[in-house]
Amino acid sequence: MKPMLRLEGLRKSFGGLRVTDEVSFEIQPQEIAAIIGPNGAGKTTLFNQITGYLAPDGGHVFLEGQEIAGLTPQKIVKMGVGRAFQIASIFPDETALDNVRAACMSKLNQTRHLWRPVERFNRATEQAFAVLASLGLERQADRMAYELAHGDQKLLDIGIALVLEPKLLLLDEPTAGMSPEERQLTRQLIKQLWAQYKLTLIFIEHDMDMVFGIAERIMVLNHGALIADGTPGEIRNNKEVITAYLGEEA
Amino acid sequence: MASSSKYKFGLLWSVGFVAFALVPVLMTSRYQMNLASHILIWGLFAVAFNMLWGVTGMLSFGQALYFGIGAYSIGLFVNHAGKAWYLPAIPIGLVAAAMLSFLLGLLVIRVSGVYFTMLTLAFAQLAWQVTFKWYDFTGGDDGIQGIIAPGILANKMVYYYFVLVVVFISVWFLKRLAYSPFGLILRCVQQNPNRVRFIGRSVKMNQLRIYVISSVFAALAGSLMVGVDNSIHTDMLFWTTSGEVILMSVLGGINQFFGPFVGAVILILLEDIIGAKTEFWPIFLGTIVLIFVILFPKGVVGEIQHLRHRLKIAGESGGRHETHASA
Repeated sequence: MKPMLRLEGLRKSFGGLRVTDEVSFEIQPQEIAAIIGPNGAGKTTLFNQITGYLAPDGGHVFLEGQEIAGLTPQKIVKMGVGRAFQIASIFPDETALDNVRAACMSKLNQTRHLWRPVERFNRATEQAFAVLASLGLERQADRMAYELAHGDQKLLDIGIALVLEPKLLLLDEPTAGMSPEERQLTRQLIKQLWAQYKLTLIFIEHDMDMVFGIAERIMVLNHGALIADGTPGEIRNNKEVITAYLGEEA
Repeated sequence: MASSSKYKFGLLWSVGFVAFALVPVLMTSRYQMNLASHILIWGLFAVAFNMLWGVTGMLSFGQALYFGIGAYSIGLFVNHAGKAWYLPAIPIGLVAAAMLSFLLGLLVIRVSGVYFTMLTLAFAQLAWQVTFKWYDFTGGDDGIQGIIAPGILANKMVYYYFVLVVVFISVWFLKRLAYSPFGLILRCVQQNPNRVRFIGRSVKMNQLRIYVISSVFAALAGSLMVGVDNSIHTDMLFWTTSGEVILMSVLGGINQFFGPFVGAVILILLEDIIGAKTEFWPIFLGTIVLIFVILFPKGVVGEIQHLRHRLKIAGESGGRHETHASA
């Protein structure tokens, strides 16, 4: 079986700064993996290269064996890579329903219709509602996205990605800015979505309860390089990781 | 909820149509019918322009170019090829506008924000200069006079109803478009272009599409204007013409579909009333518009909607918010 995602010697520099330094790893279908590392380690930059927002300087990105490095975000999305952002990336002046429905219509190739009203597209509407329901947002469907609470906006961002039915879903700090209670709910929710939608899931996270609670595998980035890759148990006892996080004296 | 707002819209729509249809019956002078034609045509032009600005977030300062193409297509064909070309010149003008907006669109959508605005202005001013200087072909500063619509359209009242029907059908089409999936994607392009790419759609492609559509309707408005005034002039291509639809949109409210149309009604009536009283009308008009914009930053229609929204929230307060959204 081909790996869902394979990175081979991925490189990226901003000026003289190496933000991605020869990163290689494989993710198998339906794995759930976390990427951790100190601020500025190059985690989001890595996501940006996988999703086509940035072109790598060198190396390869394979999605199910097919090279996707350097393709546009639109192409990569259509090949099955979904993404949610560190700062919720939503359409603030549309309803929660239309946020998800717009994405769904994009997937169903319905965005060129310029006569029939959006509400009359039953399939897109049903799918959008189903996704909102699986996120617990169905009661917010008719509210404007900007009116939603911060945590709900983060979930809506995930909903926009989910409705595209991605094979591979990348979440960038899904619990950032949430209260401890929201974090716990979101942690359970993401694990549930992963199982329900049979996703291959990679998430960046600083919340260690979430990382060690739901990831089967943890990758650690520091200064752009992958310094550790293993099960939660292995990472917990890895000297290099402890040094990267806590400094030399630890 | 959706059906009652749809019903209200249908009612407003019918009232508007009937009101305009009654103008020739109730008018006390032919001049009022001329004024109503101007309102209808500028209303269409402004609504089409606002599909770019208010909906998609592309502030074009050069839509006069396409307005001018619609008008000059008729003027030039009638002048150089004969009166029989009046009606065929309308679709020819629309196709010319579509092709030119496609080609220019490929250039201007490469940049965004103020650069887009300046580039569209530059192209329109270029076209104005050519029209102005090329006296032998375009009539230059004299424009082209005495262009009479053929057949029964030469009758002013018939022509008025022709304008009314074309404008209402066009605005209806644009309204449908605004609330279609394509319209939704355009609003998404304005609000978060980056996210649009990550749901698998091209921002530039959608910008190009609406640029062409908006420009074709600008050309249609320009071609309708010919039969109202029976003459065309280089001013139709001048930057002030582009500025006028921007002003109408601001006055009426750029975030409301009918805002620009209401803005056209207000601006044209103001111009007419003040213009009749004083030769210094631009000073007074400018002052009034300034006060309008300060008092109603969301535009007239926008402020009315805002007020209704606040009243609705006040009426619903007490937690009903959570439960009514079941679809």
